[in-house]
Amino acid sequence: MIRASKKEKCTFHFHNTTVNIFVGLFLSVVFSNHTAKSKKTLAKPGVKNIVLVDGVRTPFLQSGTIYADLMPHDLARAALQGLLNRTGLPKDAVDYIVYGTVIQEVKTSNVAREAALGAGFSDKTPAHTVTMACISSNQAMTTAVGLIAAGQCDAVVAGGVEFMSDVPIRHSRRMRKTMLSLNKAKTLGARLSLLGSIRLAHLAPELPAVAEFSTAETMGHSADRLAAAFGVSRLEQDEFALRSHTLAKKAQDSGLLSDVISFKVPGKDIVSKDNGIRPSTMEQMAKLKPAFIKPHGTVTAANSSFLTDGASAVLIMSEEKALAMGYKPKAYLRDFVYVSQDPKDQLLLGPTYATPKVLEKSGLTLNDIDVFEFHEAFAGQIMANLKAMESDWFAQTYMGRKTKVGAPPMEKFNSWGGSLSLGHPFAATGCRLVTTVAHRLQKEGGQYGLVAACAAGGQGHAMVIEAYPQ
Amino acid sequence: IKGDVAVVRMNDPNSRVNTLSTQMQREMTEVMDEIWGNNAVQSVVLISSKPGSFIAGADLNMIQACTTAEEVTGLSQEGQRMFEKVEKSPKPIVAAINGSCLGGGLELGLPSAFDMILTGRSIRADKAKKMGLVHQLVDTLGPGLKSPEERTIEYLEEVAVEAARGLAKKQIPLTKEKGLMQSNYFLAEIQDYVMSYPFVRQQIYNTVQNKVMKQTKGLYPAPLKIIECVKAGVEQGPTAGYLVESQHFGKLAMTPESKALIGLYHGQVTCKKNRFGTPEKEVKTLAILGAGLMGAGIAQVSVDKGFHTILKDTTLEGLSRGEQQVYKGLNDKTKKKSITSFERDSFLSNLTGQLDYNGFNKADMIIEAVFEDLSIKHKVLKEVEAMIPPHCIFATNTSALPIKDIAAVSKRPEKVIGMHYFSPVDKMQLLEIITTDKTSKDTTASAVAVGLKQGKVIIVVGDGPGFYTTRCLAPMLAEAVRVLQEGVDPKKLDGLTTGFGFPVGAATLADEVGIDVAAHVAEDLGKAFGSRFGGGNVEVLKTMVEKGFKGRKSGKGCYIYQPGLKRRDVNTEALEILESYKLTSSDSDVQYRLVSRFVNEAVLCLQEGILANPVEGDIGAVFGLGFPPCLGGPFRFVDSFGADKLVEKMRKFEEVFGNQFTPCQLLLDHAKDPSKKFHK
Repeated sequence: MIRASKKEKCTFHFHNTTVNIFVGLFLSVVFSNHTAKSKKTLAKPGVKNIVLVDGVRTPFLQSGTIYADLMPHDLARAALQGLLNRTGLPKDAVDYIVYGTVIQEVKTSNVAREAALGAGFSDKTPAHTVTMACISSNQAMTTAVGLIAAGQCDAVVAGGVEFMSDVPIRHSRRMRKTMLSLNKAKTLGARLSLLGSIRLAHLAPELPAVAEFSTAETMGHSADRLAAAFGVSRLEQDEFALRSHTLAKKAQDSGLLSDVISFKVPGKDIVSKDNGIRPSTMEQMAKLKPAFIKPHGTVTAANSSFLTDGASAVLIMSEEKALAMGYKPKAYLRDFVYVSQDPKDQLLLGPTYATPKVLEKSGLTLNDIDVFEFHEAFAGQIMANLKAMESDWFAQTYMGRKTKVGAPPMEKFNSWGGSLSLGHPFAATGCRLVTTVAHRLQKEGGQYGLVAACAAGGQGHAMVIEAYPQ
Repeated sequence: IKGDVAVVRMNDPNSRVNTLSTQMQREMTEVMDEIWGNNAVQSVVLISSKPGSFIAGADLNMIQACTTAEEVTGLSQEGQRMFEKVEKSPKPIVAAINGSCLGGGLELGLPSAFDMILTGRSIRADKAKKMGLVHQLVDTLGPGLKSPEERTIEYLEEVAVEAARGLAKKQIPLTKEKGLMQSNYFLAEIQDYVMSYPFVRQQIYNTVQNKVMKQTKGLYPAPLKIIECVKAGVEQGPTAGYLVESQHFGKLAMTPESKALIGLYHGQVTCKKNRFGTPEKEVKTLAILGAGLMGAGIAQVSVDKGFHTILKDTTLEGLSRGEQQVYKGLNDKTKKKSITSFERDSFLSNLTGQLDYNGFNKADMIIEAVFEDLSIKHKVLKEVEAMIPPHCIFATNTSALPIKDIAAVSKRPEKVIGMHYFSPVDKMQLLEIITTDKTSKDTTASAVAVGLKQGKVIIVVGDGPGFYTTRCLAPMLAEAVRVLQEGVDPKKLDGLTTGFGFPVGAATLADEVGIDVAAHVAEDLGKAFGSRFGGGNVEVLKTMVEKGFKGRKSGKGCYIYQPGLKRRDVNTEALEILESYKLTSSDSDVQYRLVSRFVNEAVLCLQEGILANPVEGDIGAVFGLGFPPCLGGPFRFVDSFGADKLVEKMRKFEEVFGNQFTPCQLLLDHAKDPSKKFHK
């Protein structure tokens, strides 16, 4: 404690060398309300403070439901407009827009630009699209942080959209080749001979799959193997899934999910609630057959995240700019890391790798974190990550660390539900996680929050978020 | 025992793999008895505690230890009793198979009520499931809270125990999925109906027998005996079938073919070890000079083993052809699904194709595969030595040029070594490593280590013209040319050689090796060894080369090769050349003329110390030159055929043809003293 307080002196804002005793007293008062932190704040001298002004999202809906007839940029537009409404931001005050997406609609490959124009942002505001599987909007946000930190922008909108109700289904390669040659064929004879070369088999379409390109393994299959590798039982998975749905329902009912905006869907009613939250019973869940590894697998439809349509958006600014514009920021966006590992056997272990790394970077320990928001791809994946984080052997053998980082305490973990229950529109989830951390810190009164997520390709991400003093 | 499921874990403490030994059979029978006696046990799981191996098959040493057919028959009957016990088990048995499950291991797995397989080797696990051999597949696991291997076995056991429990409670239906052939019920009906006529069955036996004869030329007795066993089983009932099986098995174990093949197995195991120890510095970067067939082939077997490989050629066309060869080799594997397209790409990322010496300063080993011409090899060696770091090894891939001649211009002859690969490199298992007096032991160790990593079976031989393999092959091919000159048709010659057990006929072999290479080698070795290497006229080969008949690679040799066509016609123009060099036929015993010269030269290599031991001689001849595997190699052939009888034959040939058939001293020694054997 003495060593800790000495350290505080250096970074403490009101520090006074002559009145050490006062500092000590003050500290003890602050800390009596809260557990002792390794650091009072993560602000660094000479580094710009970057803040989350606000964040919103459309309701996350199961794909093929109310959003079914939209296009991806329509959803993105809804999120962007919602952000403008929520913040009252003048449209021309935005310097740049970065948006994430995973399964691309080929007509709107730069969906950021199409959505921004449609949402009424100034046509003078450039926009680009990023993709990094399930951490695409995390990438959008950290790109924004980079632009601001480098002094190139002051106000950036970041977000992500995923639209699984319609995905690009292609003709087979052979058919595509024939069709492209047809365009170039000059004579009728050449065209006819090309048409004649088409066989029934060429008409079979190519469907996109949630599978790794490098290993051809579907993500659910990998999750099932991961769960087995860490000895996660079916029961544990079902219990965790039930917990996610139960907490989400509670959060929805008590109005905690304030990031959700209402959206008038063209031709349909106004939507203002996520529709995938369905707390079931353990008995009902136990009845389901495994979805990927049959017959002995443990990953089922009930303990996996479902295909979801949705979009999210956040407004990120330098602290000075936000204050100058009269905003009351919600949180500081602090250190972040990206990690990557073996896409076959460690596809979904991103949080395990990213968490200790980002904590180290921040100089914090797991105990300093008040709020955890982890992306729940599969219940089995979350449980495997928790077990990996709790294992010294894993840390030493695979991560080259001396000791485990430790598993987050469950009472601080995804306490307003998660991707399993709220839904997981791939590229929109990252912003939901960050906004939820900010809201939970405000509501629950903590100081530091941690976001972590896994992504296809064996990648992962984590970010430390600090509550904005209220 | 886990609740009502008994888990039997097999683990042979003295071996890397589990084999069906007498001890294991005895223990298994005891355990089975115990299980049936125990009322608490409802079902059984059989599992191996060894990662990657269930049961590798029967214990070869056990069979080798037997001296009579009766003994082996006894062993076989014991084994049958054990299998019967498993098969007739009143309680369901699940065989949880992780890795290789061969021979008797498979037999043990098969009758079990419910089988599972993990990663297959020879048959991939998913194929085994399709064939109906196994019922359920369990995936291998990645890192978890324990090592992946350990946890995978544990997981397999957990799943197997659940399955066994389900079977015992009849929750899992015991529908043995039949193989593809019987998957269609209607078809199966017809099949059963037709099979009920003895006449039809006889036809089937005949057809199968003919097929076997065509493939084995009657040189391998086992497949025929297997047909007999099946016949006995079907016609006279299982008891008679089992009896015939065990008797035949006993007899087969005592045949020279069995001894030859077991000898080859042990020899191959020996040649998969590095008797020169661990090299001081591991080779990571490999630079290959020359992107021809050989160079690209060597590159192909290197990139997929993780070597960073530089492939250098002098022309863009040559380099492009070579890189395409590597790509095609790997892509064919992708098409066969033995590797994924992603693995192919990541292997290819280890390959750097270039025309300059960029990066050679970081190379650990150079393998030179340029044209077989001493002056070119000298030029390349000098050029490269100026570029490479001091520790870098210079290996030369040549089939005939003496290494010491190549090393003569080297500033560091202790780092020069010969690595003779066989074409096609990705298919041929053998690598012949040639050391000179000056080659250091560490250089040799390093070359062997690289070869082993490339998946090769390795023999290390002394330096001399033609080393070992080429030197044995040259006199045989010279004799083959003489035979052709005598008017024997290439197809007839091929028939005679394959009839003796060679996988490829002599005429085809000449085409595969390349007539130009053969001419080159014949001339070089002729100069070095004199008239002993005579026989056919070298001019025949030279004239063929002049006409562009260089063998398969030029489309014409002894045969005409057309892309896409399997059928090959004899090249009539080549026959015309042969006609102009016609000799009168003098001895019709073509097979032994060919083989005795081969064998004599092999024995001479041992006598002269080119070969370190007969084992490597046998392995080199079988894996590099296709010496009949059923004979086990030239040295085992001398042992089983009898040196005296061979010498007798050679003396007879000697009278007709001269000194090409003079037996060497070591062979004469063996002929004089029948107790002398190359293999004990």
